[in-house]
Amino acid sequence: MTAPPAIRVQGLEKSYKTLNVLRGVDFDVARGSIFALLGSNGAGKTTVVKILSTLLKADAGTADVNGFDVTGQAANVRESISLTGQFAAVDDILSGRENLVLVARLRHLQGPGEIADELLARFSLTDAAARRVSTYSGGMRRRLDIAMSLVGNPPVIFLDEPTTGLDPEGRLEVWQAVRELAGQGTTVLLTTQHLDEAEQLADRIAILHEGRIIVNGTLAELKQLLPPAELEYVEKQPTLEEVFLALVGARKDTTPREAR
Amino acid sequence: MTTKHFFVDTTVLLGRSLRHITRSLDTILTTVITPIAMMLMFVYVFGGAIQTGSDSYVNYLLPGILLITVASGIAYTAFRLFMDMQSGIFERFQSMPIARSSVLWAHVLTSLVANLLSLVVVVLVALLMGFRSGAGPLAWLAVAGILVLFTLALTWLAVIPGLTAKSVDGASAFSYPLIFLPFLSSAFVPTDTMPGPVRAFAENQPVTSIVNALRALYTEQPVGTGIWIALAWCAGILVVGYVLATITYRRKIS
Repeated sequence: MTAPPAIRVQGLEKSYKTLNVLRGVDFDVARGSIFALLGSNGAGKTTVVKILSTLLKADAGTADVNGFDVTGQAANVRESISLTGQFAAVDDILSGRENLVLVARLRHLQGPGEIADELLARFSLTDAAARRVSTYSGGMRRRLDIAMSLVGNPPVIFLDEPTTGLDPEGRLEVWQAVRELAGQGTTVLLTTQHLDEAEQLADRIAILHEGRIIVNGTLAELKQLLPPAELEYVEKQPTLEEVFLALVGARKDTTPREAR
Repeated sequence: MTTKHFFVDTTVLLGRSLRHITRSLDTILTTVITPIAMMLMFVYVFGGAIQTGSDSYVNYLLPGILLITVASGIAYTAFRLFMDMQSGIFERFQSMPIARSSVLWAHVLTSLVANLLSLVVVVLVALLMGFRSGAGPLAWLAVAGILVLFTLALTWLAVIPGLTAKSVDGASAFSYPLIFLPFLSSAFVPTDTMPGPVRAFAENQPVTSIVNALRALYTEQPVGTGIWIALAWCAGILVVGYVLATITYRRKIS
């Protein structure tokens, strides 16, 4: 990997009052790859995403996105990114098309109408374009949400738990959209607590646990972390879920609380 | 970088929230129902028993009703801001390359437009109920100016609960005391009928001076120094509200 990474995070720390959410997080995300940040509820995934998207300031450490520092060059970072948060950030009262036009205008792009129509077609929303978003299904809202993130083709996209609350069909639609994104060279940072989602989509997977990245590698590398001897009762390969739970469990045994 | 886009971004976002108003006109109706109901009650029920020294009670009452209209209208300003905060669209805007303050300004200007619409509706109802004025365009311009200033002042106050509230009810509850403040003023009855301490409060709170100034303007009476006290109250609330709202906003987005 010789090209500079699209995202570089070093020694990131963040506390809310007495709660240490991040205790020194480090990771790189290569350009054009899908990187999954995996963790339980409250592990700090959203905090990482908020810091990277300039919504929150870190207490310590540095973070670069597309070569720009998130605190010193926040405006450049915002030009380079797009955020799809945990809850579909769409305007219910506007129509799907109006939502896309709104984002295109705010990104100061030429021809917002054409941009909107193109994205509506790409996400199979053309028929629903003129309807108010409040009439959309969960999957349609998410698709629109992601389409809004693609306006202006930002090189880096953050997807914070993009399939939360979706039915299986909606999930598959979102997965397809994410794969297409990466196919075009967009860097995607994805957070999820659905292990199969990371398994399906990600080039690299990092597990965030108790404020630190405890493992970071490809799916194959992660699977190798469990010795085959652990598998004597199981005939198939370990699933990522087993890897995750084993790692999270092991960590608790080896680093007792008084280490802090 | 950020100032370059300020006007464009504010215009785009203003267009968005104005659509919220035009597509849910019921918010304008709910805003005007309380003040109109009060106006009906006071003119047709209590009004006959109130000695105001004015020949028409609706003429006496209107300025207080207009202030109540604004006070109930800004509850929706806080509500709209709160809904944006909740839905995640606020974070989407903040993570985009826009002038960040334009998000707030769009809400403030929308509040101004929505409240002016409500005020027009209330004045039309008052006309139906017999409100008449011989005041010239300049006096009406002054009335409009004071109402705009008053709306802006209360709007910036409304921004604070809009940004910080934990629930929908919390976002709009702050407006209740503002709606009742006119009762302790010269809006419904002349203050000289009130007992000492109540009268002292009524005569020295902002609503009385603003109501008196508005009344003097459209009844073609000399406004005297009272109008400056009214303007000073509006400007003072506006500055305090703006500064506190801006501080709250900065805390919220960084």
